[in-house]
Amino acid sequence: MAKVTIDGIEIEVEDGTTILQAARQIGGKVVPPAMCYYGPLKGSGGKCRVCLVKVTQGSARDTRPMPKLVASCITQVQDGMVVENSTNEDVLNARKSIVEMLLINHPLDCPVCDQAGECSLQDLSYEHGVSATRYEEERRTFNKVDLGPYIQLHMTRCILCYRCVYTADQLTPERVHGVLGRGDAAEIGTYIENMVDNEFSGNVIDVCPVGALTDKTWRFKNRVWFTKPLDAHRDCPTCSGKVTLWTRGEEVLRVTARKDQYNEVEEFICNTCRFDKKETSDWTIEGPRHIDSSSVISANHYELPVLNVPIVPNLPVSTKKNLPQE
Amino acid sequence: MGLKILTEHINIPGIETLEVYRKHGGYKSVEKALKTMSPDEVVEEVKTSGLRGRGGAGFPAGMKWSFLAKPEGVPRYLVCNADESEPGTFKDRWYMEKNPHGLIEGMITSSYALGANTSYIYIRGELMFVLRILEKAIAEAYAAGLLGKNILGSGYDLDLHVAPGGGAYICGEETALLESLEGKRGNPRNKPPFPAVKGLFQSPTVVNNVETISSVPWIVNNGGAEYAKVGIGRSTGTKLISASGNINNPGVYEIELGVPVEEFIYSDEYCGGIWKGRQLKAVVPGGSSVPILPANLILKTAEGENRLMTYESLSDGGFVSGSMMGSGAFIVFDDQQCIVRNTWNYSRFYHHESCGQCSPCREGTGWMEKVLHRIEHGHGHQQDIDLLVSVAKQIEGNTICPLGDAAAWPVAAAIRHFRDEFEWHIKHPKEATAPGAVYRGQLDTVTA
Amino acid sequence: MIQDEVKFSDAALAEMQRYISHYPEGRQKSALLPLLHIAQAELGGWVSPEAMDKIAEILNIQPIEVYEVATFYTMFNLKPVGKHVLEVCRTGPCCLRGADELIDTLKRKLNIEEGETSADGMFTLKPVECLASCGTGPMLQVRELFYENLDSEARVDEFLATMRQTEHEIPTWAK
Repeated sequence: MAKVTIDGIEIEVEDGTTILQAARQIGGKVVPPAMCYYGPLKGSGGKCRVCLVKVTQGSARDTRPMPKLVASCITQVQDGMVVENSTNEDVLNARKSIVEMLLINHPLDCPVCDQAGECSLQDLSYEHGVSATRYEEERRTFNKVDLGPYIQLHMTRCILCYRCVYTADQLTPERVHGVLGRGDAAEIGTYIENMVDNEFSGNVIDVCPVGALTDKTWRFKNRVWFTKPLDAHRDCPTCSGKVTLWTRGEEVLRVTARKDQYNEVEEFICNTCRFDKKETSDWTIEGPRHIDSSSVISANHYELPVLNVPIVPNLPVSTKKNLPQE
Repeated sequence: MGLKILTEHINIPGIETLEVYRKHGGYKSVEKALKTMSPDEVVEEVKTSGLRGRGGAGFPAGMKWSFLAKPEGVPRYLVCNADESEPGTFKDRWYMEKNPHGLIEGMITSSYALGANTSYIYIRGELMFVLRILEKAIAEAYAAGLLGKNILGSGYDLDLHVAPGGGAYICGEETALLESLEGKRGNPRNKPPFPAVKGLFQSPTVVNNVETISSVPWIVNNGGAEYAKVGIGRSTGTKLISASGNINNPGVYEIELGVPVEEFIYSDEYCGGIWKGRQLKAVVPGGSSVPILPANLILKTAEGENRLMTYESLSDGGFVSGSMMGSGAFIVFDDQQCIVRNTWNYSRFYHHESCGQCSPCREGTGWMEKVLHRIEHGHGHQQDIDLLVSVAKQIEGNTICPLGDAAAWPVAAAIRHFRDEFEWHIKHPKEATAPGAVYRGQLDTVTA
Repeated sequence: MIQDEVKFSDAALAEMQRYISHYPEGRQKSALLPLLHIAQAELGGWVSPEAMDKIAEILNIQPIEVYEVATFYTMFNLKPVGKHVLEVCRTGPCCLRGADELIDTLKRKLNIEEGETSADGMFTLKPVECLASCGTGPMLQVRELFYENLDSEARVDEFLATMRQTEHEIPTWAK
């Protein structure tokens, strides 16, 4: 076991735990954001750099600070380590810098993006972004591509987190898509026209932190905050059959895996459950899916009063006091 | 003429053949090490020598060797970094081309010290002609019993292979190199684990530069203490300097560390002065990623002391008024050169070579290039200068590998020392974009 | 050149196996870069998707793994090219000695832009980054060889005239 202090809060965790996981065990504001790290995917993380934190004391034995900010998602805690996340100005400045970098080539087309409302980049930008851009050069664009009948790739929105590549590597027998090219010309693709087609391919949609990989069966059907998420299950021969249904009235608009507050799936689901079972009669409904109250989605959640729910997380204190306590 | 540790015999006709190489004392270190020394004794000699990594970082080689993990039953690897791609650097290519056995001898002696039984030379793919020279020399070494099983009857086995890259500067970063050597995209790995623990094929690995490895035979033959006597302070031994740019005698020079910069630029033994009778404007002393220094600051430190060709003297003053030894690529600018254009050029290089894996480098290198392109082509705004400084800062230190820093430093340094040249470009776009236009207002002024 | 049916010569296949033998068992993917080089040398200076699929087959890996790698490294030409690909160094140290002028001269003489192939199919102009020949710039590379100190129009003319008469040498491994 190792004792680690993050933003002044001490916690004891298993050896080998990363700083990010330790922070998640504490919860709340000490948790760094993560755009590329994804718990269920082995090898993910370290790339986007939004989870950088300051290690002010390496361990009890070696009390020196680490010279540079470190990626909390891949850095293991040491006994006696002291970490600063939301309390460190350098960390917050670096995070702001990186969010700016992630946005300079992003199309900012949230109004027409299906991911809006459940987009990690959107959340990150509210929290750490600035309202104006300093970038006046031409933005990078790509054509939209269909990866088979169910998945659309909108590369222009991609932040190259590699999650979908790890998903295909770890869940499917033959990966046909990958990262092509390099630098800021790198893109997700199949190189030659190729279908991403196997029973678990749809999971790339769930792991995508932005609107780069979207569900074509749900495309433009509705805004996510107008839908009601329900936990449901069915007896599926391929996967666990445990899903979240996103409904409007009696209609099942889409099916996703069940995700936690960090957008990580509890269990990956198969394409039959995801794309083919769109009737409520296909499912045994368990009840409302609890959605993190700071999420945009919960703005219309039937568990909470609709009025005065904070749509923008972390509003200035002056406006916050008028809101009901959660 | 100083001591020549690496190049004493380099101009002897036929030195690239085993026969001539051996006639001039070649492979003596293999005999000595394998027959009379333990691997640890070789490591100790290298430690004593103070030899520092010649690829750019300048980390003590012996110390790096001593970090190598040695778990039972797991192979260890020595990989030679011959992916020489840092703009301005061509010493390794020149050395391997002329004296392939020098590197091979170093690989054998070093592999023995590290307990590696398979070693690789990873050479950039553009140097396929050098790969063929190395392979020919390796075949000679195998035939002479210097490679393969039971080398010279010592019981030590070593296989040595050469592997080509495919055109990617980033593969000079040691973990990107290992990825590439495994047949993958050259994306640097997250560290830890470091290669000394998990490197090639997940096994403990040491990655060393060509020049570093080629210095080992002399150290084994003459002793680390003898090597440490050459040079000044912690800058021991000799260094190959790739001299390029606007000088009379571009080329590779082996210098004893400690030669004054002024002598190196103006002496006929080295660069032979600035070409075409022009004046010195600036120098990038260690490859394109290190800070550029204006003439006054490269010749003398901010305190007015003569600057020397040592790790310490070139970095004297930190980044405020100093630079770095880097890979020893000494790029000289005459007074007709435009710093803005040159900075844009390097920025384009780093943009082109970013692997794209981590966001600050992927996005930031392109951003800097585009802004510099605008300024160079007469479309800059005054606030662009501060923007560049800010973007460079946002990249620096926040990336997976040092390419981010390498991209940020030259931009930051060019603005630090030549800010008025940038301002002039922006204020006078017409004059600045006229063919052959050069800003002349700043020569001989100190901005540090 | 059409690469619909990719067939490597026995010499090329033997060279591929030689590289594969350099790596531990199960690590045959390590030979991917050398194999791409061999394929490119053998197939007219570029590698088609079909050639890459063939390499995937030889190495027993997924085709996407080959595409990912081939698109990362700049030496691999993924579209047909002229007989001689002029890889001209465009980086700083060469520019100090006239690389921009060399590129302009080549564009003018061959009547092509960067990335294009001359009408007679003889030359493709491909500016590249530093080739580790900064002391002898401006310079360029064609296949495995460097052509250095191309610092005057006369030198460029001489170079182009030589190239027009030059057949590519058979790679060493095929001899």
